[in-house]
Amino acid sequence: MTGPTPTAKPVRLTDSTLRDGSHAMAHRFTEEQVRHVVHALDGAGVQVIEVAHGDGLGGSSFTYGFSLVDELKLIAAAVDEATRAKIAVLCLPGVGTVEDLRNAHGAGASVARIATHCTEADISAGHFAAARALGMETVGFLMLSHRADPAGLAAQARIMVDAGAQCVYVVDSAGAMVLGDAQERVGAVAAEIGHEAEIGFHGHQNLSLGVANSVLAYRNGATQIDGALCALGAGAGNAPTEILNATFDRLGVPTGVDVAAALAAAEEVVRPFVPRLPWPDRSSIVQGHAGVYSSFLLHAERAAVRYGVPAHAILQKVGEAGYVGGQEDMIIDIALDLARADDGPRIAAEEAP
Amino acid sequence: MTLTAAIVGPGNIGTDLLVKLRRDGAVDVTSMVGVDPASAGLARAAELGVTASAGGVDWLLAQDDLPDLVFEATSAKAHLANAPRYREAGVKAVDLTPAAIGPFVCPPVNLDATAGLPNLNMITCGGQATIPIVHAVSRIVDVAYAEIVASIASRSAGPGTRANIDEFTETTARAIEEVGGAARGKAIIVLNPVEPPMIMRDTVFCAIPPGADTDAVGASIVAMVDQIRTYVPGYALRADPQFDEPRDDWDGDGRVGVFLEVRGNGDHLPEWAGNLDIMTAAAARVGALLSERRAVTA
Repeated sequence: MTGPTPTAKPVRLTDSTLRDGSHAMAHRFTEEQVRHVVHALDGAGVQVIEVAHGDGLGGSSFTYGFSLVDELKLIAAAVDEATRAKIAVLCLPGVGTVEDLRNAHGAGASVARIATHCTEADISAGHFAAARALGMETVGFLMLSHRADPAGLAAQARIMVDAGAQCVYVVDSAGAMVLGDAQERVGAVAAEIGHEAEIGFHGHQNLSLGVANSVLAYRNGATQIDGALCALGAGAGNAPTEILNATFDRLGVPTGVDVAAALAAAEEVVRPFVPRLPWPDRSSIVQGHAGVYSSFLLHAERAAVRYGVPAHAILQKVGEAGYVGGQEDMIIDIALDLARADDGPRIAAEEAP
Repeated sequence: MTLTAAIVGPGNIGTDLLVKLRRDGAVDVTSMVGVDPASAGLARAAELGVTASAGGVDWLLAQDDLPDLVFEATSAKAHLANAPRYREAGVKAVDLTPAAIGPFVCPPVNLDATAGLPNLNMITCGGQATIPIVHAVSRIVDVAYAEIVASIASRSAGPGTRANIDEFTETTARAIEEVGGAARGKAIIVLNPVEPPMIMRDTVFCAIPPGADTDAVGASIVAMVDQIRTYVPGYALRADPQFDEPRDDWDGDGRVGVFLEVRGNGDHLPEWAGNLDIMTAAAARVGALLSERRAVTA
């Protein structure tokens, strides 16, 4: 194994097991699970740990699924458990509010990650202003970044930086970016904001490229990279934190995270409680291929059972309709349409999904 | 007797409202008021034979014949400044801004209870589209919780909405409780940039108690949709109301889901901007109902 070269710029890993992983857990994290995961990540040297409902603060709902435990309680537990790591929260304006951010800050969260669809950055200005006023570190999160071209994405990153973002992420919510897609977008964002703010990348595994895209993002200027232990996250899962860390270690890029401790956190802490490990099955590959928001997966599977139509067919239609993060309600609508169509695809309820 | 009205704010909303009020004929629009002489909305009003002034509220309130009503289609800030002046002049205000000085009004739900007040607030676009449905459920069964998701075309969200998106979620949630009759309300808004622009979509989920009479709930929803269609012809159910069995993670309640499409009338605004259309249509409906009441009491 080669040691870090003196010139390699470090990368900061943000672990989202307890936020993006909330989708894969149907938002049923317990306080005990949160404490164990935070303890393991913090001990391994992960500097930022994100904790929230999968759809961000205020996401607990009929539309996205109700949290088993109030996210503020989980955030407070995470803050209590961490000795070095900062606790981050996600907030989607339109779902979560400035009031939610204040409450999360009150529970001890110190990093505010504000997410919008990749063309709608201007709805985040008030949230960035509030987070900065609270003294929180700020991160902008441009969801479904594959849907904007590099120049368009850079312009949206500029809006976020002007509003108070200290870092802007290129977010491959659908796991749809194929290598150069990530590279060009991160490069364009870096050229626009790189002298004022950091750049981040959030990858998904729907086409199995989350880690490779993250490395390319790093090589094009990203200094913050998201992952989740055991890939626990929406769709086919996130770029796995433990693999990102091992890969960056092999590349001689310092992350500050112990390789063996991250592997242990994944294998010994997360894996035992995960009911179903994320996997690139037919539906999640369709998500990557058709550019569908990854968190739609479990909702499509439920609608498939309820209405007797295949989940992958629902997701294909979601992609064709161009629905964006937050429009999970449209999954039922599409399932109803498919169920009504005389020549539409059918499944027997017992085969589903 | 037909009420007279001024429209203050000759932007897209004010202009669309002008077209609707002129067509309906239930309210006599006597003037369109702005502050910019180059305003396209003022020019449109003049073309239609309506007195148009760029002299602002100062001009309006200096007229000998004051209107019965003013429709405020400016901004929350402008309405906060204008509202006391309308009140002093004895002009009833129908407020299409988020200022929310007066009580929330949703014409098929609570106009009777609010008609006599000097200032009526039109809530939000998503509120006008969904609160009648929450009410249709809560008039049959107790609704412990109601949640709405409004999806609108990016191009239909102006800079004011974008800068104050919490105003939408918080105001709508409060009105789901106060007007819709849910014990607790939540509102979500999603902006979608797809081209061609998507028509406004709204989803309403209400918690309903175990053993609820789903036939009665469904019939109440369908009746409400028919009532709204009398003033928003493009308002439609995408499917029959969907009933789900009680679940433990829903606090033991069941759920009714209502999937709506709001296609605008294409008067001044494009059809996909159903969110803007339902605001102007609901405001025009308030004007028409106030005129009817005047006719009855006169």
